[in-house]
Amino acid sequence: MIIIVDYGLGNLGSVENMLRRLGATAAISGDPSIVAQADKLILPGVGAFDQGITNLRARALAQTLQERVIERRVPILGICLGLQLMTTGSEEGQEPGLAWLETKTVRFQTNRTSSDKHTPIRVPHMAWNEVRILREDVLFGGLHRDARFYFVHSYHLAESPETTIAVTTHGYEFPCAARRDNIAGVQFHPEKSHRFGLALLKNFAETEQ
Amino acid sequence: MRFRVIPCLLLGEGGLVKTRRFKNERYVGDPLNVIRIFNEKEVDELIVLDVLATVQGRQPNASTVKAMAGECFMPLSYGGGVSSMTDLEHLFKAGAEKVVVNAAAVDTPGFVQEAARAYGSQSIAVAMDVRRSVFGRQSVWTHRATRDRSIDPAIHAARMEDVGAGEILLNSVDREGTREGYDLPLVERVSQSVRIPVVASGGAGCVSHFLEAIAAGASAVSAGSMFVFFGKHDAVLITYPDAASLNPPCGRPSS
Repeated sequence: MIIIVDYGLGNLGSVENMLRRLGATAAISGDPSIVAQADKLILPGVGAFDQGITNLRARALAQTLQERVIERRVPILGICLGLQLMTTGSEEGQEPGLAWLETKTVRFQTNRTSSDKHTPIRVPHMAWNEVRILREDVLFGGLHRDARFYFVHSYHLAESPETTIAVTTHGYEFPCAARRDNIAGVQFHPEKSHRFGLALLKNFAETEQ
Repeated sequence: MRFRVIPCLLLGEGGLVKTRRFKNERYVGDPLNVIRIFNEKEVDELIVLDVLATVQGRQPNASTVKAMAGECFMPLSYGGGVSSMTDLEHLFKAGAEKVVVNAAAVDTPGFVQEAARAYGSQSIAVAMDVRRSVFGRQSVWTHRATRDRSIDPAIHAARMEDVGAGEILLNSVDREGTREGYDLPLVERVSQSVRIPVVASGGAGCVSHFLEAIAAGASAVSAGSMFVFFGKHDAVLITYPDAASLNPPCGRPSS
């Protein structure tokens, strides 16, 4: 059973819809006792960092997740803010993150652009974009040549060679997918990325990791 | 990365409608059916606006939005009568990716600020309907373009960016439904006044109009009539351009 963690933020219904379309067994829950029994976990998230981490802690979910993810090594997929919460902290807020990934979350540097473009980038990064795979990963297995995903965010993970599995470009290249053992996350929204997101969630649901 | 192309659907009496310069309403179809078709066509994003909510003093209907969101494997922006934090809570819970605020943003900029703080700028889009008055001056109008709010569009956009809006949905009332092209000087002026994405709306008739709007500074384009009407007699037919036709000519940057 895949549990989609409900901590008061995030588009839970869309994730559940997509998993249902795939025929995966999934449920939404914010109850620590149910989360504690998950075979796999999805941590979605839309909203502000501090609000997210505070909600997780207030509902005793942070503790339950720590136990499941770090001690029991249950596979978990973070989406958007969910991925960012897994880092050590964010420039968006004051609170420390879960620190499962040894990197921080930073704001888009609007004046930094790739050499051939002269216009400052617009933030939020709100676009369908391609990803460049740096390290082979089950999530991107069978990735279509034209694959693109929907991004909507103003912050992103800082560069981190140990954890980055894919990057994307908005003004400059930044990590859009990360992994450390059973812990993975994507900056884009698979649940909003049509068949490309469907393929990624299928990979997550069906493979052992 | 290619620019976003976003069908914009209007909810009126009895279902989806299309208007021309905000008049001459025509019935287009059942919302869920149309949304289902757009989902199958893998559109980038969808905007659904309940255009009568503000004039009728109604709040958004969360169960309607839930049914719509259930059909979408792409982002759904919903707007129409959004004026309170409760509206936002219900809409996000129902599955909307973004909420579009129009009249409330003009009445109470502080509402946009509060909304952005609670849900993040990327979840809050501010729509503005721009119309030329009899004196020739363009300004922001509300209530189905019946009330001239006497605000310059570029100034309004900049103000909205300051209070935390994540995106501007810039609609030209004068071009709406005409399929003669976007109001490019307006698109350029507003795009230059902000650093957040601007979505051009009102007047698209073909893919070259999209390219013009992007060249003028828009980050994305929206269209209504172009995607729901077809042919000489404007039969209702849901269409969406294929990826190949949207790629800009060689050498031109796409974002």
